[in-house]
Amino acid sequence: MTALVEIEGLTKRFGGFTAVDHISFSVGRGEVLGFLGPNGAGKSTTMRMLAGFMEPSEGRARILGHDVRSDPIAARRELGFLPEGAPTYPEMSVGGFLSFAAAVRGYGGRERAARVAAAMELTGLEGVRLQPVETLSKGFKRRVGLAQALLHDPPVLVLDEPTDGLDPNQKHEVRTLITRMAPHKAIIVSTHILEEVDAVCTRAIVIAAGRIVADATPAQLARLHPSGKLDDVFRALTHATAATAQPARAA
Amino acid sequence: MRAVLIVARRELGAYVATPVAVVFIVIFLAIQGLLTFNLGGFFARNQADLVAFFDFIPWVFLLLIPAITMRLWAEERRLGTIEMLLTLPLTQAQAVLGKFLAAWAFCIAALALTFPFVITVNYLGAPDNGAILAGYLGAVLLAGAFLAIGGAISALTRNQVIAFVGAVAVCFLFAATSYPVVSAFLSSALPWLAVLARRISLVARFQGFVRGVIDPRDLLFFASFIGFWLYLNTLFVKARQTD
Repeated sequence: MTALVEIEGLTKRFGGFTAVDHISFSVGRGEVLGFLGPNGAGKSTTMRMLAGFMEPSEGRARILGHDVRSDPIAARRELGFLPEGAPTYPEMSVGGFLSFAAAVRGYGGRERAARVAAAMELTGLEGVRLQPVETLSKGFKRRVGLAQALLHDPPVLVLDEPTDGLDPNQKHEVRTLITRMAPHKAIIVSTHILEEVDAVCTRAIVIAAGRIVADATPAQLARLHPSGKLDDVFRALTHATAATAQPARAA
Repeated sequence: MRAVLIVARRELGAYVATPVAVVFIVIFLAIQGLLTFNLGGFFARNQADLVAFFDFIPWVFLLLIPAITMRLWAEERRLGTIEMLLTLPLTQAQAVLGKFLAAWAFCIAALALTFPFVITVNYLGAPDNGAILAGYLGAVLLAGAFLAIGGAISALTRNQVIAFVGAVAVCFLFAATSYPVVSAFLSSALPWLAVLARRISLVARFQGFVRGVIDPRDLLFFASFIGFWLYLNTLFVKARQTD
């Protein structure tokens, strides 16, 4: 298994506060990594550093060997990124927005049209192609963001809460989509819905207060608590760390 | 350059998709007409030139151009789309340049729509059309300078009101120094600053163009002034990207 994403000692400090504290892991092709943690644990910050949106204070991140700081454009070419909240330009039509993203990614003419059409088909957006994004429901907006991340069929996908705000049917569709793409890609999905980990992830990392507190398969993770429920494991892991990390953070 | 043009095209599309373009152009033309013909005494001057028209340009720009630039980056930040835009394979400098070019092209289009003024003076007399053309070139460069300032200020905040007021204030600083009241005060109170103020005054250089003089030093000044603010804009975007 070759690692498509490598993260070594990644750290982000905001003033005296350490949001992400020396995180290291790598993700290979065929893996779906669930990135778990309470709100404010550093999930989005880690993903933003990986996408090259935030500068790490320390450490490095590589996508297919391209360092996200020294070679950001090459790294981003291999990456599909869905930012938290799936932001898109409200006044643009769905087709117009995807076409813009495809153009920035270097596609022109027929190829661009084909890429946009394929991404809309994958995410079920054909029916709203001409609608301005601002008129869409939350679930459709999220799918527009997802379509943008899938346009160029990237080997690495980083999705920050892809199912947040979706109804159960839409959640199921997104999970099916992730599972279908999984064999060919390295996928990192952040979430705080634990059933999702069971449903789509081959591996889960739990972070709390900026540190990795567990890195295992969902089944191994479940065995960490006598009840065998991911819920209880999650609570036990993240509470313990939050309690011990508090004095350290103040110092 | 390809990425720059793609960003510029999207940005221009956003002006057209919202009422911004129509409102801006209508108000710009209405104010400019009112000021030139009424306050500027266009007919009373009894001269076939556009001096009255160009005299008001800096002040109209001072109020309207920050209205264009205030949304450039502040809105991206507020909507969170900056995170999407800057994780596409393009550099911050390309995004800054694309947005600036779109705003500039838009201002040039608004200026082009003042062509009835040119027709009017040509109908009424025999103006120096060379000087008028030079005046338009000066106006385009002045617009570029104000846009570059406004864009950089917009990159500092997510609040469009702050972006607007900040841009008006900074543009005013570079506009006001060419006016006798200000320069007289500076010469008496702070002589060393007066020299500097005269050198960086955008309006004084613009007035040279209106007189029909295209001085290469002025062209160089505007080019480096715009370049400097675009560079600052890129730095601001990088530094405050994630706020």
